[in-house]
Amino acid sequence: MQFGVFSVSDITPDPTTGRAPTEAERLQAVLRIAEKTEEVGLDVFALGEHHNPPFFSSSPTTTLGYLAGRTQRLQLSTATTLITTNDPVKIAEDYAMLQHLAGGRVDLTLGRGNTGPVYPWFGQDIRQGIPLAIENYALLRRLWDEDVVDWEGKFRTPLQSFTSTPRPLDGVAPFVWHGSIRSPEIAEQAAYYGDGFFHNHIFWPADHTRRMVDFYRRRFEHYGHGDADQAIVGLGGQVFMRKNSQDAVREFRPYFDEAPVYGHGPSLEDFTRETPLTVGSPQQVIDRTLGFRDYVGDYQRQLFLIDHAGLPLKSVLEQLDLLGEEVVPVLRKEFAARKPAHVPEAPTHESLVAAQIAQQEVTVR
Amino acid sequence: MRTLAVVSAGLSTPSSTRLLADRLTDATVAALGERGVAARPEVIELRDHARDLADHLVTGFPNAALRPVLDTVAGADGLIAVSPIFSASYSGLFKTFVDVLDRDALTGTPVLLGATAGTARHQLALDHAMRPLFAYLHATVVPTGVFAASEDWGSSAELAERITRAAGELADLVAARPAATVADPLADPTPFEALLRGA
Repeated sequence: MQFGVFSVSDITPDPTTGRAPTEAERLQAVLRIAEKTEEVGLDVFALGEHHNPPFFSSSPTTTLGYLAGRTQRLQLSTATTLITTNDPVKIAEDYAMLQHLAGGRVDLTLGRGNTGPVYPWFGQDIRQGIPLAIENYALLRRLWDEDVVDWEGKFRTPLQSFTSTPRPLDGVAPFVWHGSIRSPEIAEQAAYYGDGFFHNHIFWPADHTRRMVDFYRRRFEHYGHGDADQAIVGLGGQVFMRKNSQDAVREFRPYFDEAPVYGHGPSLEDFTRETPLTVGSPQQVIDRTLGFRDYVGDYQRQLFLIDHAGLPLKSVLEQLDLLGEEVVPVLRKEFAARKPAHVPEAPTHESLVAAQIAQQEVTVR
Repeated sequence: MRTLAVVSAGLSTPSSTRLLADRLTDATVAALGERGVAARPEVIELRDHARDLADHLVTGFPNAALRPVLDTVAGADGLIAVSPIFSASYSGLFKTFVDVLDRDALTGTPVLLGATAGTARHQLALDHAMRPLFAYLHATVVPTGVFAASEDWGSSAELAERITRAAGELADLVAARPAATVADPLADPTPFEALLRGA
């Protein structure tokens, strides 16, 4: 099982001081967080894509390309890559480029994006969000899987004899996760292609996540990619830890109360009960996270949101220390002990290359 | 057995809004009974969910207390919706509830509208504010809306007549329709090939 962190790249004032980091400071902080993610023994760093303040990450492949050069082991991913407003040709090129630079340590999570003006800014219509996601991904798939593509669709200029370069490393495209909080069409899309399904698992109650994942698993089986329990599932999650749980609650509360996404609404206690947010000791995070398996089954990737709402870099790095030293080693052991042998691990470049070789051998024979 | 969702947006306890909602409910259950249809009312006091509704606005999802309430309304065979009139329109609490309903929750649902206020001068809000709101939601609103000013509770028999007439109209619509079903896109998905063709 893979463990990591994901960042939305928000630049938010620290509510305890009133001071917001500069863009430059926040950008450097996110780079430090990513490097630390590898140093403490976690597997994945995923970065969001936004095209409006207060976010800085308009160009995730630039950032991830830099990180590819600064890390050795870390899997680089996105949370999410906008499949609706990016040209799928540019996604195919950028992520194949990144895949080569990172020696294959790349996958991506596709999402539609819910910031209304981004669609018209990029020449699109938000009401076409689902059709855009479906058509653009169908083209992206072909650009990676076929050397020469003729294409005509509704949303972009037709292509004749187009070859997307560089070709995917070793002839194997980066693994794709499809992220959606509540759209069955996107879970259906993930199932159809046999791709991964990632549920944000931050903003909605567990029962909702359970229903979406269960749906994806059933459809994955329906489309013949394996049994439902072999589908590839990733979850988000949100934690803040201190050795002593009362300290965690006391320190996190002002950040929760002022958080751009849910501040000034439910209490920290209400939100902790209603959603997977866990604020407390490392043991509480271990227990809660192991419980996710009870409603989504054995899954392949767990990403934590730890760096938003104006939390200072020092606190975020301390979260990574706790994850690396106390939480993830236990989670690895406990999840592995529960996982049956027929449930696959999250695909990596190596496993996808091996699968391709095995497939070719079957075909030759 | 049919389900009648009854939404009351009154703020005091007891409230004249709830009083009107109860009268409309009793009259509708009786009218359905006369048509041979058994109905069970599910009364929703929005005041009890004021915090839940505010949380939904901020977080974007219904909490565990609010979710079953939204499901009740979306799955009802008929709706009786009653709001006090504040500042020339339905109350903010009432509108907040409408705002967090799923987009298709009331499509085709028979609805009886009621409103209360201190004086009869507010009565046009029923037809100028509430009725267009439910037209937007694609609900089927019965022709008679029932407005009750404070003075109506003391004097006339006209209020009772209006209640009886409106309840009969709602009962006619509910009795004429098959029992409501709630579509579940997760149980009955659009196959991906169809999504691809539509793209």
